[in-house]
Amino acid sequence: MHLAVALEGAGWHPAAWRAEGARPEELFRARYWSDLVLEAEAGQLDFVTFEDALGLQSLRREGPDGRVNRVRGRLDAVMTAARVAPVTTAIGLVPTAVTTHTEPFHLSKALATLDHVSGGRAGTRVQVSGRADHAAHFGRRVPEQTAGDGELPTFDADDLFEEAADYVEVVRRLWDSWEDDAEIRDAATGRFVDRERLHYVDFEGRFFRVRGPSITPRPPQGQPVVAALAHVDLAYRLAASSTDVVFVTPQDTEDAARIVDAVRAYELGHERGAPLVVVADLLVTLGPSRQAADARWDRLDELDGQEHRSDAQRFTGRAEDLADLLVAWHDAGVQGFRLRPAVLPTDLVAVTRELVPTLRRMGQFRVTYEGCTLRERLGLVRPANRYRAARVGALR
Amino acid sequence: MSGAAIRQVHLAVHFPGVNNTTVWSDPRSGSQIDFASFVHLARVAEDARFDFFFLAEGLRLREQHGRIYELDVVGRPDTFTVLSAVAAVTDRLGLAGTINSTFNEPYEVARQFATLDHLSAGRAAWNVVTSWDAFTGENFRRDSFLPEELRYERAREFLATARELWDSWGDGDVLADQRTGMFVGREDVGSFEHDGPQFCVGGRFNVPRSPQGHPVIFQAGDSHEGREFAAAEADAIFSRHGTYDAGRAFYADVKGRLARYGRRPEELLVLPAATFVLGDTDEDAMERAAEVRRQQVSGATAIAFLERVWNRDLSAYDPDGPLPDVEPDVDADRLSKGRADREKSPLETARAWRRLAESKGLNIRELIIEVTARQTFVGSPASVAADLERLVADRAADGFILVPHLVPGGLDEFARTVVPLLQERGVHRSEYEGTTLREHLGLAPVRPKEEVR
Repeated sequence: MHLAVALEGAGWHPAAWRAEGARPEELFRARYWSDLVLEAEAGQLDFVTFEDALGLQSLRREGPDGRVNRVRGRLDAVMTAARVAPVTTAIGLVPTAVTTHTEPFHLSKALATLDHVSGGRAGTRVQVSGRADHAAHFGRRVPEQTAGDGELPTFDADDLFEEAADYVEVVRRLWDSWEDDAEIRDAATGRFVDRERLHYVDFEGRFFRVRGPSITPRPPQGQPVVAALAHVDLAYRLAASSTDVVFVTPQDTEDAARIVDAVRAYELGHERGAPLVVVADLLVTLGPSRQAADARWDRLDELDGQEHRSDAQRFTGRAEDLADLLVAWHDAGVQGFRLRPAVLPTDLVAVTRELVPTLRRMGQFRVTYEGCTLRERLGLVRPANRYRAARVGALR
Repeated sequence: MSGAAIRQVHLAVHFPGVNNTTVWSDPRSGSQIDFASFVHLARVAEDARFDFFFLAEGLRLREQHGRIYELDVVGRPDTFTVLSAVAAVTDRLGLAGTINSTFNEPYEVARQFATLDHLSAGRAAWNVVTSWDAFTGENFRRDSFLPEELRYERAREFLATARELWDSWGDGDVLADQRTGMFVGREDVGSFEHDGPQFCVGGRFNVPRSPQGHPVIFQAGDSHEGREFAAAEADAIFSRHGTYDAGRAFYADVKGRLARYGRRPEELLVLPAATFVLGDTDEDAMERAAEVRRQQVSGATAIAFLERVWNRDLSAYDPDGPLPDVEPDVDADRLSKGRADREKSPLETARAWRRLAESKGLNIRELIIEVTARQTFVGSPASVAADLERLVADRAADGFILVPHLVPGGLDEFARTVVPLLQERGVHRSEYEGTTLREHLGLAPVRPKEEVR
């Protein structure tokens, strides 16, 4: 079973920053993030994800909420992952990247570089942004569709996801735009590279054109791992067409089985190297007893002044019971889990020091890391380079 | 110097990049992309108490004759990502990244530099460069290019917008006060509005104010407009005038422009790029320098250089033979693309080179070595240390951005032999006194936003 932890601010409960053990004054310091990831690595977790967005956190869909009692502000996720890479050795690093407003050329080389600096441990979770207030930060495009009376316009969802699919295609092409052996250092001819092994990607779509090649050599994994979080049809389709991993949000064991079937159905009709790795999200609050965990959660709701609702199913209780739940969902076809700790580092530490040993006793989780790259850990092969295949094919 | 404090030599290192100054054919030459190379160079620089580590950038692979140029190093990491990683393996060294103001947007770049400044605890610097070429634009959404005359307008407005974003959070805005339950001190943290010819943006910036407030701003352009931009906006200039006379002229020129912007001379540092070749003796260093020049300019590289001036295919010419008798083609499209430097008067250059080749009896390769492979400091460690001190004392520079010719070990010898001499002479620190790059450079802290208002 694959096990990951999703890192977000002080934790996934909005009042996490006020909890005992939280380090809210350190959220914008490197040390905080490296401590968290080192803790996850000590538990031999597959990877950590880093949340991100191109705007300030807000409860309102239409714009800023003016709240002063919740965490506001965040650091760039790709850079935070890169800052952590040299101080860790084995854990996968999966920052969120927004595909709306940003440049596929920049993201491709950023993730390739994250893969270089981490020795093949990079991934990304791609995310679209349909918010009008975030679009105004870029001033480049205007939202095209009005959602309804009294609501601000938002982007057309079909367009956002179509753009995201194009984006991932370009990013992958750019990773392939350097063959692995493009650097030849041939003293006899004075050539550092063989340009026959560097490729224009020549992507033309509705949203952008990109010529290539990348300025960054092909990363160690060939292509870093791409993931998406899916709740709705459009996102499942994006995952089926474009990503390696899909994060899903089942509500119970039956729902988990249903979602896995649905994912497999979405995959039909797409030429995929490997099936999607299906990873279920759970919001976790752990304690020595169900009552203790519930009390922690209730206290957080009380601090925030409202009941927190999450897209992911919430588990509140003992690590042993969480282990049973994970095994049941795993038996239902889910290949791994991305746990969202309610409070950091408290619930992360409970995962690495209580959940992981429990799963190990049950024979359900690795004792040591095997494989060097994130792909190897997830059972994904290193992708062949599309341009090399075409070039070598043409030569034959 | 008459009683004034001894002028300190600021030192920085440039990770050797995609120009022919980087010798890749040497057996000691290591990877240009493995992170270990970046770690090595950065740690050597930090152990030598350098001010900062510098990365250049180019957003499209260079071409000549419509094909990717193969003779120099090709390929580099993403600037923000690799600098964030270097922050993890260093403690005090400044981290300077070149980022283009044409193929980026202010919100994203402002948050990336603010993030780098947070993740490095106050060591970030931005070398603001401009592009206008459609060639690079083909890799970006922006697609169609920026008219050349607008590139500084966009750069200026880009930087102004970034500063508005950095100033949208004050030093005291993050309270994170568990007792009162106030995470931020006001409802409108991060508010900004900018409406100008290049950018019309507004909303909330999402990175709290970073340790330096703003990253240190570098400017690298040499044109009149570039110099004015530096005089008005920059904290430091990355210049190309590293010799004594040219350095003094440039130094006086840009420092003289500051008063018009209400700035004092010490508010803008002049830091030329400089190469170096060391030897046990000056003669030994001269011999090694000649070897390095030959490594930097192969026969094929010499022909390629000549082609960029002649703007013609000269592949049929022998690099060990005389210069072409044909004249440069000034009408055709440029055959070289993706380079910042352009040959502005090819006919004149060709005439001058012919005269030089004739008077010294140089073949093509020898000529190109003569005219292109600039080496700033060549000598024994004692001579180089004395030269560095003299150029700074006589105000030809405030310091230098050293460009080694080897990755990753190109700074090792300098750090081992020259730096201790500079330290003995009292012109280079033995320990960092401050923690931020602004402190290393002797720059005043950025004024808090409240005072700016």
